[in-house]
This record gives sequence, C-alpha cells and structure tokens, in this order.
Amino acid sequence: MIELKKFSYWYPGTEQPALDRVSLSIAEGEFIGIVGANGAGKSTLCYALSGFVPHFYNGETEGQHTFNGQDMASLDLGQLAGQVGLVFQNPFNQISGARFTVREEIAFGLENLGLPQSEMRARIDEALELVNIQDLAERSPFSVSGGQQQRIAIASILAMQPRVLVLDEPTSQLDPDGTRDMFTALNKLVSTRKITVILAEHKLEWLATFCDRVIALGGGKLRAEGSPQAVLSSEQMLRLGVGRTQYSEAAARLLRTKQLPVTLEQAKKALK
Amino acid sequence: MNLRVEGVSFRYPSGVLALDGIDLAIPSGQLLAILGENGAGKTTLVKLFNGLLRPSQGKVYIGDWDSAEHTTAALARRVGFLFQNPDDQLFERTLAREVGYGPRNLGASEAEVKRRVARALKLVGLHDMAEAHPYDLPQPQRKLLALAATIAMDTPILVLDEPTIGQDEVGRGAISRILTDLHRMGRTLIMISHDMDFCAEHAQRMLVMLNGKIHVEGTTEDVMGQTKKLDEAEVAPPQLVRLAQALKMPGTPLTVDDFVDEYKQWRKKKKSK
Repeated sequence: MIELKKFSYWYPGTEQPALDRVSLSIAEGEFIGIVGANGAGKSTLCYALSGFVPHFYNGETEGQHTFNGQDMASLDLGQLAGQVGLVFQNPFNQISGARFTVREEIAFGLENLGLPQSEMRARIDEALELVNIQDLAERSPFSVSGGQQQRIAIASILAMQPRVLVLDEPTSQLDPDGTRDMFTALNKLVSTRKITVILAEHKLEWLATFCDRVIALGGGKLRAEGSPQAVLSSEQMLRLGVGRTQYSEAAARLLRTKQLPVTLEQAKKALK
Repeated sequence: MNLRVEGVSFRYPSGVLALDGIDLAIPSGQLLAILGENGAGKTTLVKLFNGLLRPSQGKVYIGDWDSAEHTTAALARRVGFLFQNPDDQLFERTLAREVGYGPRNLGASEAEVKRRVARALKLVGLHDMAEAHPYDLPQPQRKLLALAATIAMDTPILVLDEPTIGQDEVGRGAISRILTDLHRMGRTLIMISHDMDFCAEHAQRMLVMLNGKIHVEGTTEDVMGQTKKLDEAEVAPPQLVRLAQALKMPGTPLTVDDFVDEYKQWRKKKKSK
C-alpha cells in the first residue's frame, strides 16, 4: 500500500537527511509501531508515510515513495487527504481554533469533504464514542485538558474515515487508562475495518501487546524491523536509546534465552 | 523545607469541587510522587503550593509561612514549578536568558545569575547550547530547559508536573539523574506522574488521589502493594510489581535489582519445598 525504496529526505536548508535511504513496505490492515530515540526520525517518517512529506513540508527527496503504486509526489493532495489521516504529536497543531465546540471541530474536516448532514452527524457520534469523549461534545476544544485535546485531535481524523491512520505519539498526554482506551480503539479499527494503523510511540509494552510489526529508527536510518518481541527485546534497543521494558530487563538478568519477553504475558510464561 | 496542607478544599468557579478535605504533611527533603487518573485533582493540589490557586477552605503552609499571607511572587521564592507543557513557561530569546530570567527577577547579582545559569544548564546537559533559541530545541529538550529554569530559582521545594512525558530513554535517564542530584542536595521534590515505572524507582513516598481526595498514602513499597486501592483509583502498578503478582511471588519489587533478588530467593524456597 505504502512503499519507500531507498527513500531519503532533507528538510529545507539542512545537510543531514532526516530520513536516510529508508526501504519499507506497508500492507493494508497492518498495525505498525515506530520506535526510536527523540530525533531519530520518527515524526519525519510519519510525515512521509502520510504524504505530508513532500506535499506539505518542502525540501529534497531521493529514492522511491509510492502510495498504491503511484508516486506520492504526483498524487492530488485532496484525494490523498481522503485516504490517509495524520494525527500530530501536539494536539495544538491539529485543532483548528476556528470552531466553538468539540462537535463543530470534528465537523470541520467533514464539511470540506462535502458530506450530507446526516452522514456527518453519524460519523461525529461514532468518532466521539471511539475515543470516549461523548461528554465533551458541546464543550470548547480549548477548555479541556491536554489529554482530552489529544483525543479530540484523534476523533477529528477518525471521522474522516481514512484507510491509513498515522499517529505521532498519540498517547503522550494520556494517563494509563486513556492509553489503554486509545490502543483498544485503534486495534478495533484494524480488526473490524482493515484500516492500516501506523504509530510512533515510546510506550513499548503497549506496542508489544498490539502491533503486528515494529520498525526501529536511529539517526534517520531504519535499524531494525520485525515482530514486536524480536525487535523490542534486542540489546540494540539500548544502543538506540529506545530502552526495553522492565520485563525484558529482569529476564535478561535471569534467563539464557534467544528472545527475551517483552510483555507481561510473555514474562510470566518465561519465568514461571 | 517542609510543607503542610490542613483541611483544604478547592472549588473552581464552574462549581466543580476539585479538592475535598485534604490533609497532608510533606517533610523537608522528601521525594513524593502524586498519582491518580486525569481529573483526580493532582494538578489543582500542587497549584496551591505556589499560590497559582488559593484554597476555598483550609490552610497551606510552606515552611513557616501561611501561604494566605504571601503573594504568588513571594511563594515563588520557596516553591519552583515545572509545568507539564514546557511551552507554558518559555518566552526568552536564548537558553541562557530563559534560565537567568527567574534569578534576575528575584534580584540576584549578574555574577550570581551567571553562576546559576551555568550550573542549571550543566545539570540538564544543555550547557553547550546556552546561546541557542529555546524554540530551536525539540519539545523533549524544551522540557529539560524548563526544568533548568526551575532549578535556577534555587527554591527549597520543587514541583514537577509530568517530568518524563514525551522523553525517550536518554531523556528519562537525564531526568532520573537530575532528580537524584536535587534529592541529594536536600530539596523537597513533589512529582506528578503517570510514569509508574519511573515513580516506583525514584519516589520515597506516594500519594494516590481519587475524586479530589487522598485515596491512599504511604511509602512507595507500601502503596504499590495495595492492589485493590490502586485499582479503585485506576492506577496500574509498575511492570515489575505486576509481574511479581502474576507469578504469585511475595514482595513488591520496585527496581530490576530488587526483582532479580526476590525472584531468586522465591525460586530457591520453592525448590527446597
């Protein structure tokens, strides 16, 4: 569905590429996690996978970058927006500020798609429910907490019903409960609607529990790719500044095994 | 410096009762973590400590000061505050000016300001970037900068709201070192955090809030072992505690070292049975 072949990208006026010869292929219906230290290129990869690079961010690119077999740069931005949604790291960058209530904020994108009102209403209600903020519908998007704003930003994108959803650290402002809700909602979208979900995230235990595949970045390069357990349990994660779960750390001291546990269930099984 | 809260309630103008009858004593030099789900009252509580909010009822004492008798500006000399979002507190042109703003405002001499700026930037590892613009830093580093600005105020009490949010492993390591240093210097540290693994490793005491009340309070080990109370407050114990519970191991291991020791003992006992 989305393919990068030896893809490099330079932000305007920079000499170091933010992405450096990255090759990556993403299929429909995959749930993919991106890990890396801050500055490793996670956000830039999110922009590339959602078409914000090169459509919104200028700069130089090299290599191949395709969406459904078509060159990303040649695609019409309006069409692309209907298919791929990006949730920014900071909800302030996402919320339009042009609307008075959360409901209207979520309607903002839908109005631009020219949908009938009944359809818009149904989509808004569904999006509010998915991220569990029905009770905020009539509040101002600026009178709620950071965690709630993050949910509003996600709901606005979900209402657009994109085929691919790219999220840049969507749970950074959320408490553990909110994080669980978010991962559960995303998982539901993947399993019931075959939506492709790609998210950059520091919360390794959650990635390991839900993702099909994890991609690790370092210095703009793709450093590892594979099953969550294979990637996240490896020592390389320490060198990349990603870290490991405490399950992996404890097991590393107690077990001689090829693949350390990453989740609670895996650790329980390994240490029983 | 110690801190006391006596019979405090706080109601927002909207009518929401955010704090409901809080009594709390934080001794000098303690590292306390305040936990609870979003909306439990954590941030409201700490905003009373430096006068950003004033209690609707009850008293807050900062050392020997009754906070009601002091302005927010005066309280800022005793209580430093790191906001959850660093952009709420950054506004200067360079890192050095940003960190120097507080001490300069408190009337410190230029030599003293310079000394404090250098020390605080060094402590957070940004000393090489003193002349850079704060907004040239990525957000996780802006948080470290905001922390440096808080440290440079040299207050005996520091409140840190979600210090590890958005930080990678390197950033968490830096914050861990900084907290340890400040703790060693005898500062009273109060941290609000959802990062349970981090809290378990660093906090001496924990306070869990629920619906504006103190739900449970005690040593970190004691609080982390109270599964039922934590469940009620929707606070998940840290990974190692959950693993110990899943294995039906006794004890409440808070660090990897603790876990490894307790696990070995438990296995030994099991074998000898």
